[in-house]
Amino acid sequence: MKTIDTCGMSCPQPVLMTKKALDEEKDGIDVIVDNNTAKGNVQRYLKSVGYSVEIEENDGTFVLKARK
Amino acid sequence: MKEKTGIIITGGVVGLFAVLLVRFGNPANMGFCIACFLRDIAGALGLHRAEVVQYIRPEIIGLVLGSFILASMNKEFNSQGGSSPVTRFVLSIIVMIGALIFLGCPLRMVLRIAGGDFNAIIGLIGFVSGIYVGIFFLNKGFNLKRSYKLTNLEGYLFPAINVGFLALLIVAPAFVFFSKSGPGAATAPIWISLAAGLIVGALAQKYRLCTVGGTRDLILFRDNYLMLGFLSILAVALVGNLILGKFNPGFAEQPIAHTDGLWNFLGMALVGWGSVLLGGCPLRQLILAGEGNTDSAISALGLIVGAAICHNFGLASSAKGVTLNGQISVGICFLILLAISYANSEFLSKNAQS
Repeated sequence: MKTIDTCGMSCPQPVLMTKKALDEEKDGIDVIVDNNTAKGNVQRYLKSVGYSVEIEENDGTFVLKARK
Repeated sequence: MKEKTGIIITGGVVGLFAVLLVRFGNPANMGFCIACFLRDIAGALGLHRAEVVQYIRPEIIGLVLGSFILASMNKEFNSQGGSSPVTRFVLSIIVMIGALIFLGCPLRMVLRIAGGDFNAIIGLIGFVSGIYVGIFFLNKGFNLKRSYKLTNLEGYLFPAINVGFLALLIVAPAFVFFSKSGPGAATAPIWISLAAGLIVGALAQKYRLCTVGGTRDLILFRDNYLMLGFLSILAVALVGNLILGKFNPGFAEQPIAHTDGLWNFLGMALVGWGSVLLGGCPLRQLILAGEGNTDSAISALGLIVGAAICHNFGLASSAKGVTLNGQISVGICFLILLAISYANSEFLSKNAQS
């Protein structure tokens, strides 16, 4: 599964990076975010385009696992 | 819908407090204006000497500290920075120039519309046009690179500066300037302004209110979350003004506004484009700075310096209209925005995802 790292990127880059990655990897991706704003924005976007999202937290960062 | 209740309430509180702050003494259609209030602070510190716009606005202090306090309580305070700080500083100066050509930040633009000022609708069209241009470059890979974790002190400094502002406001030493007439002398009582700022700062931190993000996310991702906040400010302020008899529709003789449509359009186009590149509107920059984002603290400082430049160089508009210097500066600012947009996009190299 492809992983993209959005840590340290300001709005709206985490969602843009997610969108771009999904264009190439339609089955799903893992997205690493480092703040609640990006977590919320990416999660909302993933759900709006029809993915299920599972979130793992580890040490201040979150991994959003998007699956069809 | 449940997840959107918070942002709608936040927008509503901003609209309500904005109307009430005017009732308590703030200038008309200026319950909140991040650009105007930072400009007043620049004047109070003597960075510019426009005598009618000098005051340490407690709303600004409240916004930053409200965000800081809630972010600290929720363990969301995160000291970080280093994402193209000088570029952000320059972008913020440009956003301030655009705002003072129009006479208001995006938040005041909404409040002006809610007060019946049709000039602000022209501003809104410019604002949305500017956002479209910014989005064009976002889609071409525009970004300002990553920020990195910094020591906590770095993140504490901007909130600490605002505590210093509060001390200066209360002690009022002779070297701080306070307007005796004009908009800078129209002020709600300190504690009311501070409390309004604290509450809105905390809510905006929790629910991420951003006036530029509303239009941006709707266009880019068909995501209406932030737009609901934007519309909620407008709706509540409009109703509030109607109830208090402060809704005066028209173009002419609007408070602290001019009727030059072209420059209202171009000023807000600068604000929209610049804010998209910054990743958020001036309000959002203050909130993020409160959360420890030092890139946003740099933006806030850039806005203050931009305001000083506006008044020292005669760029700022007034009710009489736009100045020649202001018009020239708008042209220069568009060229700088174009250069920054181009240089940080993928036209030169494949750098978007690095």
